[in-house]
Amino acid sequence: MNQQLAEPSAAEKPERPVADAKAPPLVQYEQVTKRYGELEVIKGIDLTLQPGEKLALIGPSGSGKTTLGRMLATLEKPTSGRILVEGESLWEMRMPSGKTVPANDRHLRRLRGNIGMVFQHFNLFPHMSVIDNVTLAPRSVLGLSKEEAHERAVTMLGKVGLDSKLSEFPSRLSGGQKQRVAIARALVMQPKVMVFDEVTSALDPELVGEVLAVMKEIARDSDMAMMLITHEMDFARDIADRVVFGAEGRIVEQGTPADIFGQPRSERLRSFLSRFG
Amino acid sequence: MWDWSYAAEILPGLLKAFRNTIGAALAGFGLAVVIGLVLAMFARSRWGPVRWVIRSIVEFIRSTPLLVQLFFLYYSLPMLTPLSFSAFATGVLGLGLHYGTYLSEVYRSGIEAVPRGQWEAAKALNLSRVKTWFSVILPQAIPPVIPMMGNYLIVIVKETPTLSAITLVEVLLSAKNTASITYRVFEPYTIAGILFLLLSLVLSFGVSRMEKIMKRRYAG
Ligand SMILES: Nc1ncnc2c1ncn2[C@@H]1O[C@H](COP(=O)(O)OP(=O)(O)O)[C@@H](O)[C@H]1O
Ligand SMILES: [Mg+2]
Repeated sequence: MNQQLAEPSAAEKPERPVADAKAPPLVQYEQVTKRYGELEVIKGIDLTLQPGEKLALIGPSGSGKTTLGRMLATLEKPTSGRILVEGESLWEMRMPSGKTVPANDRHLRRLRGNIGMVFQHFNLFPHMSVIDNVTLAPRSVLGLSKEEAHERAVTMLGKVGLDSKLSEFPSRLSGGQKQRVAIARALVMQPKVMVFDEVTSALDPELVGEVLAVMKEIARDSDMAMMLITHEMDFARDIADRVVFGAEGRIVEQGTPADIFGQPRSERLRSFLSRFG
Repeated sequence: MWDWSYAAEILPGLLKAFRNTIGAALAGFGLAVVIGLVLAMFARSRWGPVRWVIRSIVEFIRSTPLLVQLFFLYYSLPMLTPLSFSAFATGVLGLGLHYGTYLSEVYRSGIEAVPRGQWEAAKALNLSRVKTWFSVILPQAIPPVIPMMGNYLIVIVKETPTLSAITLVEVLLSAKNTASITYRVFEPYTIAGILFLLLSLVLSFGVSRMEKIMKRRYAG
C-alpha cells in the first residue's frame, strides 16, 4: 500500500515529507462497508493514507466516493468495519480495562480535530461574512482569541486570494470565490487530513481553474494529507501521489498516476478513462 | 342607546383591566417563545427517549383545551404539590405552555428549512452541538418564521378572556362585572371589543411590516 517508498516519481517531489514506514498510517479503512437500507454502497474497503499523502479517488458517479469521504469526516457511520485515525478507531473507544465501547461525543470530537472536509456545494454559513465564516471554528473549537483567529483567517484567505473580501457575505461571491472561502475555512483548522469532495463540480466551467490552482498550491505547500475526490483527471495526475479507482463500492485498481492513467490494467478503468478523452 | 358619559365613566376601569390583558398576553407569548424553542431543540435530540418525551408532551398539551390546563394549574396543582401561583402568573404559565407547543411547530418549520449541509459543515468544523445550534442553525431558522410567530401573538391576545375563568380580571371580565352592576351591557362590551380590535390592528400591522422586512432580507 505504501507505494511512495519504492516509487520513482516520489523523487520528483523532494519537498514532500516521505512517510516513515514504521509510523501507523494516518488513516486506515479496515473492511469498511456502508449500507443504506437494502442498498450496499460500500462493499468492504481497505485503504490507507500516509501522513501528507495526496490521494485521488476517481470512479463513476454513484460508485461511493462521497460516502467514503463522508465516513472519514464522521458524517456517516460505517455499517461494519473500522476507520482508524492515527491508530484510533473513530466510532469506538478503548476503555482502560481493554474493552471497546461505542465512541462518545468527546472521543469523536477529539479525533475529528484531525479531519477536515470541503463540500461540493460549499456549505458556507450564509448569515455570516467571509471573515466570520473562517474565524468561527478557530475561536469556538480551538479557543483562539479574536485577534489570533482573525490573523490566522486573514493569512489563509490571502492564500486563496480573497483577503480583499473579508466583510462580504457569501451571497455576493461567485461560486469559485465561495469555494475558496470554504477551503480557507477548512484549512484554518489545520487538520492532518482533508477530504475534498468534487469541489469544482458545482462550478461554472470558467470558475473551475481558479479553485484548482488554489488546490494545487495547497497540495504543493502543505504537509496535510488530502483525499481528493475528483473528476478532473489532469488535476489528479498532477498532484496525486496515488490514485484509487473505485466502482460499485469496491476498489478496482490503484497505483501511481503514471500507472493508473498510463497503463490501466482493468477493462473497467480503461473504459472509464476513455470517457475523459 | 349609546351613552357617552356612561362610556367615559367606565373607560378608566376597562383600560386598567386591559393592561392585564396586554401584560398577560405579552408575558405568555414571551414564555411561549422560550418554551417553544426548547421543545423544538429537544425534539431533535440524538436520544430517542428524549424525543419521545417531548413529542408526548407536545401532543398532550395540544390535544387538551387551554381552559382545562388553566383549571389544572390554578386549582389542582396547589392541592397536589406545594406550588401555587397567582391568577396572573398561572395565566402566563398556561398561555406559555399551551402556545409553546404551537410555537415549537413554527420553530420546527424554520429549523427544517435550514439545509442539511449547514449541519454537516458545522460538524466537519468540529463545532459543539450548542455552538452549532446557536451560531449556525437558529440564526438561519428563526428570522424567516418571525412573522408566523407574530401571528400567534395575535391569537394569544384574543385568547386572554379565557384567563377570566381563573379569576384574572382581564378586560372582558371587567366589562362583564361593570355590566352586572349597572345593567348596561352595550357600552362595556363594545368598548372591550374596540380595545381588542385596536390591539389586533396594531399587531397585524407590525407582523406585516416584519413580513416585508424578512422577505426583502431573504429574497435571493
Ligand atoms: N443518504 C443516502 N441514502 C440512500 N442512499 C444514498 C445516500 N447517500 C448516497 N446514497 C447512494 O449511495 C450510492 C453512492 O453514492 P455516493 O457516495 O454519493 O457516490 P459518488 O460520490 O461516487 O457519486 C449512490 O447510489 C447513492 O444514491
Ligand atoms: Mg459524489
